Amino acid sequence: MGRYLLRRVAISIPVLIGITMATYLIANLAPGDPVAALLNPEQIANLGPGWVEEQKESLGLNDPLPVRYLLWLKETATGNLGFSSTDRLPVSEKIGDRLWPTVKLMTTVLIVSVLVGIPLGVISALKQYSFIDYLLTIGGFVTVSIPSFFLALVLIYIFSLKLDWLPVSGMYTLGQARSLGDSIQHMILPALVLGLAQSAPLIRYTRASLLETIKQDYVTVARAKGVSNAVVITRHALRNALIPIITIVALDIPRLLGGTIVIEQVFAWPGMGTLAITAVQSRDYNLLMGINLIVASMILASNLIADALYAFADPRIKYS
Amino acid sequence: MSETASLAAAQAPQIELQTTRKSASWWQKFRRHRLALTGMVLIGILAILSIFGPFFLKFGPNEIDLMSFRTAPSSTHLLGTDAAGRDVLARLFHAGRVSLSVGLVAVGIYVAIGVVLGGVSGYVGGWVDSLIMRFADMVLSFPAIIVIITLVSILGPSIFNVMLVIGLLGWPPITRLVRGEFLSLRERDFVIASKSTGAPDLRIIFRHILPNALTPVIVNATFGMAQAILLEAALSFLGLGVQPPTASWGNMLNAAQSITVLEEMPWLWLPPGLMIVLSVLSINFVGDGLRDALDPRTRV
Repeated sequence: MGRYLLRRVAISIPVLIGITMATYLIANLAPGDPVAALLNPEQIANLGPGWVEEQKESLGLNDPLPVRYLLWLKETATGNLGFSSTDRLPVSEKIGDRLWPTVKLMTTVLIVSVLVGIPLGVISALKQYSFIDYLLTIGGFVTVSIPSFFLALVLIYIFSLKLDWLPVSGMYTLGQARSLGDSIQHMILPALVLGLAQSAPLIRYTRASLLETIKQDYVTVARAKGVSNAVVITRHALRNALIPIITIVALDIPRLLGGTIVIEQVFAWPGMGTLAITAVQSRDYNLLMGINLIVASMILASNLIADALYAFADPRIKYS
Repeated sequence: MSETASLAAAQAPQIELQTTRKSASWWQKFRRHRLALTGMVLIGILAILSIFGPFFLKFGPNEIDLMSFRTAPSSTHLLGTDAAGRDVLARLFHAGRVSLSVGLVAVGIYVAIGVVLGGVSGYVGGWVDSLIMRFADMVLSFPAIIVIITLVSILGPSIFNVMLVIGLLGWPPITRLVRGEFLSLRERDFVIASKSTGAPDLRIIFRHILPNALTPVIVNATFGMAQAILLEAALSFLGLGVQPPTASWGNMLNAAQSITVLEEMPWLWLPPGLMIVLSVLSINFVGDGLRDALDPRTRV
């Protein structure tokens, strides 16, 4: 399995390089001076354009695009993602502040969608064509057809404004000490909205996978041996049915990221999503490119994790 | 003797000649899918309302009624007015035009790209195929919203950029589908026969392979249109899509970001939201019906 993983990592590296190239290319397409963007703006302001020219020469920033790309790559690898054009803070710092809220939200959503989706999918498969199955299918359709931000608005309307059970927005209550209960209260609505949206496809996949697995010969053998239905399902069928589900969950993380951006905006969640929107609205290209890079890395990492989990769970992969 | 004869005669007319058709037309299969029919009727109604509705309305979408700002639904303004005094119902219908046309155009763009690339990839094979597939994988692995946000920040937000960007990002699944169909159809007898009679490649592609390959594309494109409408709504909601004063269901929902509007003026945000849900839901139903209808394995 080690060799399989090494191969996957090896393939990811050119993809990462490709992404950095695309990002740098786009950054250069954008209006503004990407060259001066790597220099600290305070120093630029203090020392004037002559200093900027000197720096450009010495850092080789007037060289052709490929050379500049390599220099930029070197800077990025050491953590210098440039400076935000709005408030002159280093981009890496701004992103760093917002990373944890987004990761926290995404992890919670993943857990919620798995806890809701897989059991419901199993029920749906075991009671195929029943009323519950039909209900879940229709429910799945409806959930997929509702824009997440609209669902969020409706839930805020019901639970925050009319019933006053949950807070309207934000991650913490201002002015109060941070407590777990407060944190959970703020997290319920965003996690619920995204979690439900993510669980709908999961229900369908689990259902399909379990139905496939039940048809397998070894399940028939187990039943013929007199094993009770419950044990057959849990011990034999479910385990094997869940293997492709793992990959699906891990591969769905990019989509989750996209959904998080919109939901963060609705709930004023202080994560990377709202940062990205602000960056777009203020045309802060450095920040945007930095976010793109981080997001691309997260996606690559999640793909790698998906591969690793799949190889770990399915022993047949090791030998292929 | 005569009894049996009359019995036979009595029974004869009841034996009908049944023409059993092995695979009924797709329309017949579609008809049996109740949800799909409902969906078709629903999206038909919404489309007609959006296209022709504005002609029957009293107010235009940008007409400002100075006497009423954010007023509740009344007999003059059936769905009330928004913060600028514009009639919500009129904006709703015009927004329907915008949102539905974005869906159609965006899908049109990426189906065109996808069919061409997939056809080339599947028919030519070799390194061209590998290159196109690698490229498709790269585009596919990115969440659409992030790329769209970046591109919109450079190109500027507008309805055309939204259509373009959704179109530029949606082609990989279509390409994969078309390529798959081409790969399998390429080896079929009727293609080999055409080749052996000397038909030029282009004719083979367009006249023989493509019509058969398009079936899964149609299903995918239908679901794709639903996705495109949702994507446009999200972008407009974030302020990165259709810009005001042009109405779009998404940017009408933007008003609801204020707590006052959310709590006290549901007529401003419930209608556009419901419209999105209804159109996307009906398109999804139609797509599901088409998928079952066009599936060659199921029989009536």
